[in-house]
Amino acid sequence: MSTWRVIGSGFVMNLKMLGTSGFFILTSVVQPVIFATIAFYMFKSGGRPGTLLYTALGAGVMGVWSTTLFGSGGMIQWQRWQGTLELSVGAPPPMVLVYLPFSLANAVTGAYALAATLVWGRLVFGVPLHFAHPFLFAVALVATVLALGLMGLVLASTFILYRYANAMANLLEYPVWIASGLVFSTSILPAWTRPISWALPPYWGVLALRHAALGGEVWRPLGMVAVLGAASLVIATGTFRIFEHYARARATLSLT
Amino acid sequence: MRTWLRIFFVGGVIAFRGLFNWIRPAMYIPTMLGSPLFQLIFFTKLGQYARAQPADFYIVGNSIQACSMASVYGMTMAISNERQAQTLGPLLASPANRAAVFLGRGVPVLANGLLVSTFTFGVGALLLGFRPGAAAIPSLVLIVLVTVTSCTAFGMLLGSVGLRAKDVFFAANLAYFLMLLLCGVNIPLDVLPGWMSLVGRCLPLTHGIAAAREVAAGASLGHAAGLVATEAGIAVAYAAAGFVLFRYFERASRRSAVLDAY
Repeated sequence: MSTWRVIGSGFVMNLKMLGTSGFFILTSVVQPVIFATIAFYMFKSGGRPGTLLYTALGAGVMGVWSTTLFGSGGMIQWQRWQGTLELSVGAPPPMVLVYLPFSLANAVTGAYALAATLVWGRLVFGVPLHFAHPFLFAVALVATVLALGLMGLVLASTFILYRYANAMANLLEYPVWIASGLVFSTSILPAWTRPISWALPPYWGVLALRHAALGGEVWRPLGMVAVLGAASLVIATGTFRIFEHYARARATLSLT
Repeated sequence: MRTWLRIFFVGGVIAFRGLFNWIRPAMYIPTMLGSPLFQLIFFTKLGQYARAQPADFYIVGNSIQACSMASVYGMTMAISNERQAQTLGPLLASPANRAAVFLGRGVPVLANGLLVSTFTFGVGALLLGFRPGAAAIPSLVLIVLVTVTSCTAFGMLLGSVGLRAKDVFFAANLAYFLMLLLCGVNIPLDVLPGWMSLVGRCLPLTHGIAAAREVAAGASLGHAAGLVATEAGIAVAYAAAGFVLFRYFERASRRSAVLDAY
């Protein structure tokens, strides 16, 4: 019961904090809409047919990833700046449990991006919102957002040791967009990048969403999203424990 | 005059070192070099997939646009971070010439923007096969210099707003992303709706990128002179507007006693 209370209260608190942050409104709503518009016009000028919904979905998942990334990078760093990191580490629950709801709230805030790009695409570009499998689309959306939140948790754990987490967040935005094939097929990337794509939850997440919306096999990518999400949680549990120990042993927890 | 130059150059460098948040290599390399590198690859691949424009179109557009990260954010930090560091009061209490204080901050930012653009062009040449021809390189350097100057001037305007605004980085982020959309970085202006391309033509980057594309495609600098002159005119206009705004907010903040307040 106490575990659920930690998750619930942390989730609600972070959701409120993110909702009042201009930066996160920009990242989760404005930025995806701008990127979706760029992609729409690029496809329009190129004339590849049938790509409007494909683009809107991809740009939405780009926003989910950006929000998760900056949120995960920021949550340790902001706590450092505010002097509350030691309190979180010193609290009785395991550190991974303290930050799990924060990371999930980041990803859920990021889901605004998908809503924003779909609404924007419908209103401005007349994107047809006819989903082949509406129920599976909803399942895929929840699974993708959760998996990205758990992937963010792994990143957050590494930021305990790294003082310049926001720099890494700046760096990692585009590579994951590229390797996950969010707005273009990964078939145009070099063959050596394929294993990287397969290891990323957003790759399978956008595939599940696309197949649910446009038609295609949904369960296999959805299964991969679930497997990679669960793997991320297991990895994050281990890395949080190890990195927290290192930071405490070296007395670098709160150094900025 | 010597004092003016000292404040302009030395003051500018000190301000940059003190106020530019990303100056340490651990911040600088991922943010100022890594991010433009992957941005270039992302848009070139997206263009390839969309069958829109040849790779050079995206390489030139994104390599020049990369300077705006250095210029827009750098200049915003160089001015508005004085307020965050609570040093704005002492700075404005000094008798230093305001033009030297204001414009001097642009020099290191401009140099940084040049470095970032050059790096991104280098990546384009190394990874994506950008080959503009040796004869075009001096003209490209000049165009990049003018464009970085206009972006820096635009950053001066945003930085001046930061003397009063609560969250100027929201505006800086928004401006950065809108420039990506409106300035012909990845979309030809004639594909955008009329009002968007009109806004784009009033922003820095647009004419510089167009000129660089012409030169990279083999045109002479003289052929692109009109575009370069327009970009230079935009730089002067934004620098002047930024300085006027800086003086206005300085006076208004002193009058209301809100210099370092949020």
